[in-house]
Amino acid sequence: MAEIAEQTQLPPSGPEMNIQQEDKAVSPWVDVWRRFRKNKAALFGAALVSFFILLAIFADLIAPYGFKETALSNKHLPPSSDHWFGTDEFGRDIFSRVVYGARISLWVGFISVAGSVVVGSSLGIIAGYYGRWVDALISRLFDILLAFPSILLAIAVVAMLGPSLRNALIAIAIINVPTFGRLVRSKVLTVKEEEYITAAKAIGMKDSRILLHHVLPNSLAPIIVQGTLAIATAIIEAAALGFLGMGAQPPTPEWGKMLADSKDFIMQAPWTVFFPGIAIMLTVLGFNLMGDGLRDALDPRMKN
Amino acid sequence: MTEALLEVKHLKKVFPIHGGLFGRRVGEVKAVDDISFYIKKGETLGLVGESGCGKSTTGRMLLRLLEPTEGTIRFEGQDLTKLSREEMRKMRKEIQMVFQDPFASLNPRHTVEKILEEPLIVHGLKSKTERKKRVQELLEIVGLSSWHANRYPHQFSGGQRQRIGIARALAVHPKLIVADEPVSALDVSIQAQVLNLLQDLQKEFGLTYLFIAHDLGVVRHISDRVGVMYLGQMMELADSEALYDSPKHPYTEALLSAVPVPDVDIKKERIVLKGDVPSPANPPAGCPFHLRCPKVMEACASIRPAFREVEPGHYAACHLYGEQL
Repeated sequence: MAEIAEQTQLPPSGPEMNIQQEDKAVSPWVDVWRRFRKNKAALFGAALVSFFILLAIFADLIAPYGFKETALSNKHLPPSSDHWFGTDEFGRDIFSRVVYGARISLWVGFISVAGSVVVGSSLGIIAGYYGRWVDALISRLFDILLAFPSILLAIAVVAMLGPSLRNALIAIAIINVPTFGRLVRSKVLTVKEEEYITAAKAIGMKDSRILLHHVLPNSLAPIIVQGTLAIATAIIEAAALGFLGMGAQPPTPEWGKMLADSKDFIMQAPWTVFFPGIAIMLTVLGFNLMGDGLRDALDPRMKN
Repeated sequence: MTEALLEVKHLKKVFPIHGGLFGRRVGEVKAVDDISFYIKKGETLGLVGESGCGKSTTGRMLLRLLEPTEGTIRFEGQDLTKLSREEMRKMRKEIQMVFQDPFASLNPRHTVEKILEEPLIVHGLKSKTERKKRVQELLEIVGLSSWHANRYPHQFSGGQRQRIGIARALAVHPKLIVADEPVSALDVSIQAQVLNLLQDLQKEFGLTYLFIAHDLGVVRHISDRVGVMYLGQMMELADSEALYDSPKHPYTEALLSAVPVPDVDIKKERIVLKGDVPSPANPPAGCPFHLRCPKVMEACASIRPAFREVEPGHYAACHLYGEQL
C-alpha cells in the first residue's frame, strides 16, 4: 500500500517543462516576415513597389528634364538616347514626366488610403464593438456609400468640390471608407468574442484601452492586406479621374492625365500613351502582388 | 459562521431568445435561477455541475462580466449589483478571474511582460521600474523564470500559459479569485501541478477561491465546501467531506456514483440517470431534476423544493428532506 501511495503522489507545483533559455522571443510579426520572404511573387511585387518609391523620392536626381519643360520644336520625337521615352505634343520629355508621375500616383495612393483606413477603421471598430443602434447607424451609412458605383461617387464628389488633384484624393478616400469599415467591423465582431477580451474586461480595463491595445492589434492583419490592395485601386481611380479631367490639372505629370492628353496622337506617337500606361500597370501589379503575398503570410490557414 | 467575503442572494440570469422577422422576444433561458450561497474569507468554494448548468454564468456575474437579472452580490458588505460601470471596473481589482482556456485567454500579440503589466497599469501603478519588478516577482511566484517575460504566449505549453493566467489574476493583490474551470483544458499530468500551485498561493496570500469545475475529483481535492448545480439551480451545498461521504440529494448521489474508483476489487452500484438534461429554455415545473430522479415523489412535479439546511452546514433542495407534504 505504501508503495502505491508513493507512486500516486502529486507532482510538485514547479513548471512542468523548461523552454530552452537560448531560443529567442519570436514576435508574431517575425513569423509573418519569414513566410512573406518565401513567396517569390510577393517579393517581386515588393521590389516593384520599392522601385517606384525610390523613383518618386529621387525624381529630381533621376529625371533628365523638368516635367513642364516644353520645347515645341521637339514635338512628338520617338524614343532616342536624348529622350528615352520620346516626347509629347509640347516637346516635353516623357521619361521625366513618368518619373515625376510616380510621385503623384504614390502620393495619391498612400494618402487617400491612409485617410480611408483611419476613418473606416474607427467607424468599423465602434460599430463592431458597441453593436446595437450604433452598429445599425454606421452600417447603413456604409450601405448607402456602397450603393453608388465608386467612380460615379468620386465624380460626384469632385464635381461638388471642383476638379483638382487634392479633391480627387479626397473623393478616392471617401469611396474607400465603407470597404475598410465593413472589413474592420466584421473582424472586430469575431475578435471581441475572444476570451482575452473578456479577460481584459475582468482585469478592469477601460473600453478605450481594450479597443486600442487588444481589439485593434488583433484586427490589423486584414487592414494591412486590404490597404495594400486599395493603394493599387486608388492609383487606378486617380488615373481614371485624371483621364476624365477631374483630377490633376496641367501641367501636373499625372499618369492618367498623360494618357488622356495623348490619346489623339495614339497612331502618330504611340510612345506618348505606352509609357505612362506601363507605369500605371507595373505599380498596380506591384501593390497587388505584395498585397496577395501579405495576405498569405498573415493568415497561413487561408492559403489551403 | 465566520465572516463571509462574498454573499450571493437569489441570483438570477435570464437570457432572452429573440426570433422571428422582427427579432421579437420569443422566450427566455434561465441560465441561473435563484441561487444563494456565501464564501468565507480564505476558503475555497467548489461549484460543480454538467455543461450548461449555469456555473460559469454564475462566476461571470460575480465580476459583472454578465449583468445579473435579479439578486444581490455582496462583497465585503457592498452590493456589487448596485455599483456603476466605472465603480465596478475599479472593484475588479479585488475580484479577479482565471479562465478555462489558456490558449484563448492570453492576447497572442502581447508578450508575457505586457500581459502581466496591464492589470498594474490599469489599476494605477505608475512607476515603470516598479511594474517591471512586480512582473518578475509574479513570474517567480507561479514557478516561471524571469527570462520568460519577453516571450509570446504561443511559445509556452498549456500548463505554463495557465500559470501566466494565474499570475495575471494575482497581479493586483485580489481578495477573491473566480477560477472558471482552470484545469479542464490541461493534460491530466499538468492538472495536479496547477491545482497544487493554486493551493500554495491560497496559503501564501490568504486568497479566497470560487472554483468552478465539472470534474468532481478535482473539486474535492481543492475545495473546503462544494455546491452542486443542475439546470441553473443549486441542488446541494455542503462541506467537501460531508458532500462526498453522505450526499443528500439524489442528483449528487448519481454524480458521485459515476466517479471511477482506482481499485478493481471495489464493486460499486452505479446510478444511471435516464434521459438528458432538459433544455433550460423550457425547464420542468417543480424540481428541475424530477424527470430523471430515481426517488421522485408526487410533490416534485409541481412544487419547487426549498433550499434548506438539512444538517448543520449542509444544504439541499429536495423534498426528501422537507416537511411532509
